[in-house]
Parts: sequence; structure tokens; C-alpha cells
Amino acid sequence: MTGGYEILSVEKLTKKYEKEVLHVEKLSFEKGKIYGLIGPSGAGKSTFLRLINFLESPTTGRIFFRGKEVFGNGRLDLSTQRGMTMVFQKPVLFKTSVSENVAYGLKARGFPKEEIREKVELLLKKVGLEAFAGRHAGSLSGGEAQRIALARAVAFDPGVLLLDEPTANLDPNNIEMFEDLILNLNKEKEMTVIMVTHNIFQAKRIAHEVLFFYEGYLVEKGPASQIFSSPEDPRTRAFVEGRMVY
Amino acid sequence: MPRLIEGIIEAFTLIITLDPNLMKIIMLSLQVSGAAVALSMLCGVPLGAFLGLKPAVRTRFVSKILYTLMGLPPVVAGLIIYLLISRAGPLGVFGLLYTPTAMIIAQFTLAMPIIAGLTMVGIRSRGKEIQETARTLGASRLLTAWTVIRESRFAIFGAIVTGFGRVIAEVGAVMIVGGNIDGHTRVMTTAIVLETSKGHYELAIGLGVALLVISFVINSLLYYLQGGVGSYDRRL
Ligand SMILES: Nc1ncnc2c1ncn2[C@@H]1O[C@H](COP(=O)(O)OP(=O)(O)O)[C@@H](O)[C@H]1O
Ligand SMILES: [Mg+2]
Repeated sequence: MTGGYEILSVEKLTKKYEKEVLHVEKLSFEKGKIYGLIGPSGAGKSTFLRLINFLESPTTGRIFFRGKEVFGNGRLDLSTQRGMTMVFQKPVLFKTSVSENVAYGLKARGFPKEEIREKVELLLKKVGLEAFAGRHAGSLSGGEAQRIALARAVAFDPGVLLLDEPTANLDPNNIEMFEDLILNLNKEKEMTVIMVTHNIFQAKRIAHEVLFFYEGYLVEKGPASQIFSSPEDPRTRAFVEGRMVY
Repeated sequence: MPRLIEGIIEAFTLIITLDPNLMKIIMLSLQVSGAAVALSMLCGVPLGAFLGLKPAVRTRFVSKILYTLMGLPPVVAGLIIYLLISRAGPLGVFGLLYTPTAMIIAQFTLAMPIIAGLTMVGIRSRGKEIQETARTLGASRLLTAWTVIRESRFAIFGAIVTGFGRVIAEVGAVMIVGGNIDGHTRVMTTAIVLETSKGHYELAIGLGVALLVISFVINSLLYYLQGGVGSYDRRL
């Protein structure tokens, strides 16, 4: 984890549906770190990820990715979109073979066939599913499907990997495997990871920095050790000590 | 009664010998309905996909219109197209009345809403998450649209087959705008009406059998497709 420079940042980012559900004054993410986003449900964590992945447009505010303003000219360009990717809580696999799924992003980017084949093979090995290459994606278990969704997401080496409670539906064995994969990717590729998790123990296990969201606001941000041992805000304290009722 | 049995026997003779008159009528039916469905597919699949990706609450009004049009009585569709293309109508100058083109237009108005409506319903279930997955994986707009359609292929095939089934069997619209002209705009259903009224059962029965066979093929296809929806499938 050398990292250091700012890869992603937001300013005065808000999202309003019927009422405002997210309001982040200023926040930046450094290359090569793992961030854990925690907070009660409805706090705006998913909304935040969806905004920075451009799946939703902000009501107000600015997003900077790799030094360039996203939506700067009023329109999102594909190369910016391609720098980040998200894995959702429920794995959404396409109705084709496992290897076709993993190849999707590479094909979209026009990688040569031979290179795609090699990368897919390597990735399947990495997630421990090389024997499943030809299987139909619909025949996988939940844990296997989520590992394939992860392989598919990191196949094209995104600068930022967004994870929205990716292990919420997995069994302990698959959770451990998934976490190991994240840690490895972060080490090997210096991939920046922003992970929403329900589970504060998971944030403890893998995050370098922890961000606590509450009712649409970023309440506290700091090194994982500090957030869990000596949080500054009483709400953060209540949450990490499991006293927050939600 | 003997006439009926005679009719059946003659009908099968017509079918087995591939009677040119019978074949010509069947071919025209397939061409008109095929063209109408092809055009409906080109408009209806993108329209249905577009609507299916919008939140259901925002398309409530359009959906209601679409559902109403899905049940549009063929004679009403025929009447509307007739008024538009008859000599005094706004499109009268094109001289389309009593041509196969007019029949294609009329059947288009019947098949398009069905294909659009059923595509919409089919895409609504999984379209949004597929769209977001494709986008987050870096797909262009075009590839995203293609992925959404590809993922809903069973529902879309089903929609197309249902649309074809409706128009190949309808008689009201093609009768009004086609005029049932021998050798020019006579299709299976209008021929059956005419031949029956004249008491010439053999051709009517022959065409009826042909329609039944087509209907059987269509429904087998639908049955197969609906088996594929929901369950994962290696065949496609
Ligand atoms: N598409 C939407 N329309 C209206 N309200 C929404 C929409 N998406 C999220 N919300 C609301 O925004 C708030 C934050 O939701 P979300 O970001 O999903 O929270 P979290 O992921 O922290 O549980 C919730 O109150 C939710 O009901
Ligand atoms: Mg959430």
C-alpha cells in the first residue's frame, strides 16, 4: 500500500428524491486504499456509491476522477465510466457461460481475443472456479456467482472497485474467500476499493479507512483502528459498539 | 352431411397435391403477416425495452394505452386504416386501398402493441439490473441496449410469436382494407369466409387445416419459450 495520491473526490455532493437522502460536503479517496463504508440502513451508502459510479446523477455537486471533473461538460464520457466498476449485493450474471460473463468488460473494451482468453482463464483460477468455465452462469450457487461477478468486475483492472454489501448473502466460507480476493487485488494491483458493509467486523478485517454515514451525512472518517477504538462522534460510537437501534 | 365428408376428402387432396390456388393464398397470408410482424418487431421491441426500463409508475399512462391497443378489435383497426387510406382519406393519394401494403399496415397496428407491451413486461423484471450491470462494466450505450434485449430474449421471442399468432388468424382488418380480391389480396382467413358462404367447403377446410397447423407450430414455439423463461437454459 504505497498509494497516496487522490484518485477520486467529491464536493458538495447531494441527492434528493422526495427529500434529500445524501449530503456530502467534501470527501476524497486515495489510490491503493481500502475504504469501508458503514452505517445503518437508509443512511445513503448505496446512493453514494451509485452516484460515484454514475448510475445515478447527483442533484448538485461535483465529482472528480483522476483529476478530471466528471460531467464537467454536462455529459459523462465512456472512458471515465470505464475507470470504475461496481459489484452489487445480489450478483447479476448474464444468461451465458461463466467465461462469457467474465469476458464481458474485456469484450466491451475491444481487447484482442487471445488476451481475453488468457485473462479469463487466469481470473477463474484466481477465484477458484476454473473448472466452471463452460458452465451456464445460472447454475452457480450464490457464493460462486458472487465470485464470478467479482472476477468479471476486476478483469479490466478498474482503478476503483466499488462494492455494495457484496457478502451480505454469503456463507462464512465464501465471505472469507471474497475478502481474501479483495485484499489480494488491493495488494497486487493497488486497486482502490470502496466497500459498503453492514458488518463492522468485516470493515475491521479489511478496511484501511472507515467512513460512518448517518441519515445522509458523512459523520466521521478515519483510520480503521481509530474509528473502532476511539470514535469522536457519539453516533459513531453507538454504532460501532452495537448500541444503535436501527 | 355427405357434402361435408366430400369436402374434407377434397381438402386433403388439395393439401397433398399442393394445389397452386391453395398455396398461393397461404403464401400471401404468410407474406403479409410476416411483413407486418417484422415491422412491428422493429418498432415494438425498442419501444417495449425503453418503457420496460423506466420505473413502472412513470409509464402508467402509456402502459394503459398500450394494453388497450393490445386488445384492439381487428375490425376497428381495419376501419381506422380504411378511413386513412381510402381515396377521400388523408393518405388517399398513395392509392393503397385494396393492396397487400394496406393489409400489412392494418396488421401492423394489431401486432405492434402486442409486441411492445409484452416486451415491456418481459424487460421490466430484470432489465434495470441488467442495464446497470452492463454500464458499470463499461458497456457503450449500444452494447448496453443489446445486452438488455439479449437477456430478455425468451420474453421477446414470445412477444413476437404471440403477435404473429394474432395477425395470421385475424380476418376483420384484412377484409376491410384488402377487399379479399382473388389472386391479389385474398388470404387464408378471408378465403375461408368467402368459400364457406358459397358452400365450397373443400378450399375452406383445406385452409382451415393449414391455419390449425400454423397455430400448432406457433403454440409449440411459445410453450418451448415459456419453458425457457425463468429456468436457466443451455440451448440459447
Ligand atoms: N430511487 C429512489 N427513490 C426514492 N428514494 C430512494 C431511492 N433510492 C434510495 N432512496 C432512499 O434514499 C435513502 C438512502 O438509501 P440507500 O442509499 O439505499 O441507503 P443505504 O444503502 O445506506 O441503506 C433511503 O431512505 C431510501 O429510501
Ligand atoms: Mg444499501
